[in-house]
Amino acid sequence: MSSWTAAPGALVEMSDLLELTAPVAEVPSPREDAPRPLRAAIGGQDRLFGLFTRGAASIVLVIMTLVGIFLLIRGLPALSAAGLGFVTTQAWEPNSGTFGIAAVITGTIFIALTAIVVAIPLATGTALYISEYAPRQIKQALVSIVDLMAAIPSVVYGLWGLFLLQPNILAVSRWIATVFGWIPIFHVTGFDPEDPLSSPTIFTASTFVAGLVVAMMVAPIISSIMREVFTQAPMGEREGALALGATRWGMIRSVVLPFGRGGMIGGTMLGLGRALGETIAVYLIISPAFVIQPHILEKGSNSISALIALRYSEASPFDISALMAAGLALFLMTLVVNFGASIIISRSRSGSASDG
Amino acid sequence: MTVIAPGIVTDPTPDTVVVGPRSERPEERRSTGVLRRSDVLAILGSAVAAISLTAWLLTQLMLFDGVLPFVLVSYLFFVLIYSIVVRFDESQMAVRDRVVSVIVHSLATVLLLVLAVVVIYTFGRGITAIVHSNFFTADMSQTGPLDPLSSGGIVHAIAGTLIMITIALIISIPLGITTAVFISEFPGRYARLIRTVVEAMTALPSIVAGLFIYATVILTLGFDRSGFAASLAMTVMMLPIIIRSGDVVLRLVPGNLKEASLALGSSTWRTVWNVTLPTARSGLTTAIILGTARGIGETSPVLLTAGLTTYFNVNPFKGAMISLPLATFSFVKSPEPSMVARGFGSAAVLMVLVLILFAIARVIGGRGPGVLTARQQRRRTQQSREDDYRFTARDLGTPPPSVATGLFAGLRRRKITPKGGPS
Repeated sequence: MSSWTAAPGALVEMSDLLELTAPVAEVPSPREDAPRPLRAAIGGQDRLFGLFTRGAASIVLVIMTLVGIFLLIRGLPALSAAGLGFVTTQAWEPNSGTFGIAAVITGTIFIALTAIVVAIPLATGTALYISEYAPRQIKQALVSIVDLMAAIPSVVYGLWGLFLLQPNILAVSRWIATVFGWIPIFHVTGFDPEDPLSSPTIFTASTFVAGLVVAMMVAPIISSIMREVFTQAPMGEREGALALGATRWGMIRSVVLPFGRGGMIGGTMLGLGRALGETIAVYLIISPAFVIQPHILEKGSNSISALIALRYSEASPFDISALMAAGLALFLMTLVVNFGASIIISRSRSGSASDG
Repeated sequence: MTVIAPGIVTDPTPDTVVVGPRSERPEERRSTGVLRRSDVLAILGSAVAAISLTAWLLTQLMLFDGVLPFVLVSYLFFVLIYSIVVRFDESQMAVRDRVVSVIVHSLATVLLLVLAVVVIYTFGRGITAIVHSNFFTADMSQTGPLDPLSSGGIVHAIAGTLIMITIALIISIPLGITTAVFISEFPGRYARLIRTVVEAMTALPSIVAGLFIYATVILTLGFDRSGFAASLAMTVMMLPIIIRSGDVVLRLVPGNLKEASLALGSSTWRTVWNVTLPTARSGLTTAIILGTARGIGETSPVLLTAGLTTYFNVNPFKGAMISLPLATFSFVKSPEPSMVARGFGSAAVLMVLVLILFAIARVIGGRGPGVLTARQQRRRTQQSREDDYRFTARDLGTPPPSVATGLFAGLRRRKITPKGGPS
């Protein structure tokens, strides 16, 4: 403060200097000027309330962590007995020592992928229809219907798949095998298109049928997430595109889809998580086969959850341990997929994808 | 006619245009719809052409058989023919728009159709079992697989489902709502950790939840399979769903409401109890009901933890229990037609339960926090009116009862409509 008064060449009267410096002495020192600490006085009731809710949250956290820990502890005997063979062996005979998840985990992934490939177009179409094409009056009703579809119990879908879809889909499987049989995954061993008497039963209980049923279960889930992000696409950009002469599809492609990309990916991964863990519908349809089955139209498939549901009752302690290890593998797989999904969805909400 | 200044008229038309033919009939409102007759004709024509072409292929060339391939192939032809027809009088860009529009409409139709088929098919096949009244009053203990539908029922499964879901709700509602309150009211690193874990657990495979309870309660603690173990498995599955949607709803409660309460000197606990929770009540109810719908319909946790029984058992701590989805599952595994019919019957009952829950959720939770029903709005209005009357009476220095009717009528005439809703 006093430095400017002593500027070079300036002649300063003593009295002026005194006047100028006098107030300086009254300026509080920096230590006293520090911001006042803001600390609310928390009452006894509130402290108790905080402890109470924290306790409840901790119980939930402990339960959720215990899921993983207990599966690990219970599965450890089997895991240590099988070693690395656990991920490479296809057979499942724990009592004779040869068991592994190679067949069931690939089966799980094949079923989930089939489901996702079918569900993505259905879900995207429905979400676009509800957010862009549907008349305003029925929009809310459609949203409710799709949400309701996500709440229908999986065993009901299983019944539908087993008794109605499977008998009717065989002709489609047969047609795909005839026309696209040269693609490896559509190949069916022992199927001869030229033979009119060939039995259609080689197409039953296949990955394809199970995947279709699971697709109908996950499509509403994916669709409702996609619809949510599609309706959040900024109105100004939509109107801008339309005003520049874009058709409705042009507007969707240049505004709605880029904006909703994060939600589309996240929703799909969430659906994949559900598809990986689906039990009863898959169990009802497939006939378990403990080999890696890359031909999705062919009879015989498997999944981890169906394996657990199939074997838990007739099991010795070591069998149970092996099943726990398989459950742990499924748990970790869905956890990774889910974490990815929630990260992608939460990032997409920021609107940062709107320039894409 | 626009008058800029007195005497200057900028619009020259009124004197020159003959208004004869237009004035004869009242002016019609111009339609803003974009649907033209040629569009409809193009769609119908393409559909007819596609079906005919496919039928010809089917009957003459025998390239495929069955209903579903017929539908698929004719749909492909329909899209192809339609795009060609539209190409006759539209640009390439418009053709693409039309084709995408048709595809989007048909995809949405397929999904909704599947829902309708699932519901109708289940009821259609279940009806043969549901019409017998013993289906709702008897259990399966006296009924063999070959007995007709007039014997045996699913009362044991209905009772089991209700008991299990009640226990699961008794545990998960307080725990879930309290955790949701902690996550939204006490933000911090710990709350964020719990939120992340809960979100990751939302899609916990139901069989893993069952396996977890099987490993802890049955194997480690040594209890028998029971209804209580099954409700614990349901709780593990429902908790993340309830917490996650409860947290979302609680965060939607307007901050100024909470701040107003705190500024009036109430504690955090009072604010949560008297302001936050009542405001979010409908949303929290929806969260609980959606969790319930999910828990009630899962088969695999019950399969692993409750065991199978054909007996009516209401004690959740002793003896095996069965739930509706599990009963459905075990019925349809039998090859006997009557058992399969019972399976469809119990699936239909289960679906009715879920539909009812869902309808309740829609009715209660259709509104956001702070939005009132018509009745709540009326009550709130009435209350404000009475308050206003009381204040006016106090200002006038009059004891309330003496002028009540006259003043009240006066206030009515002035149409005082106080704002409803706390926000």
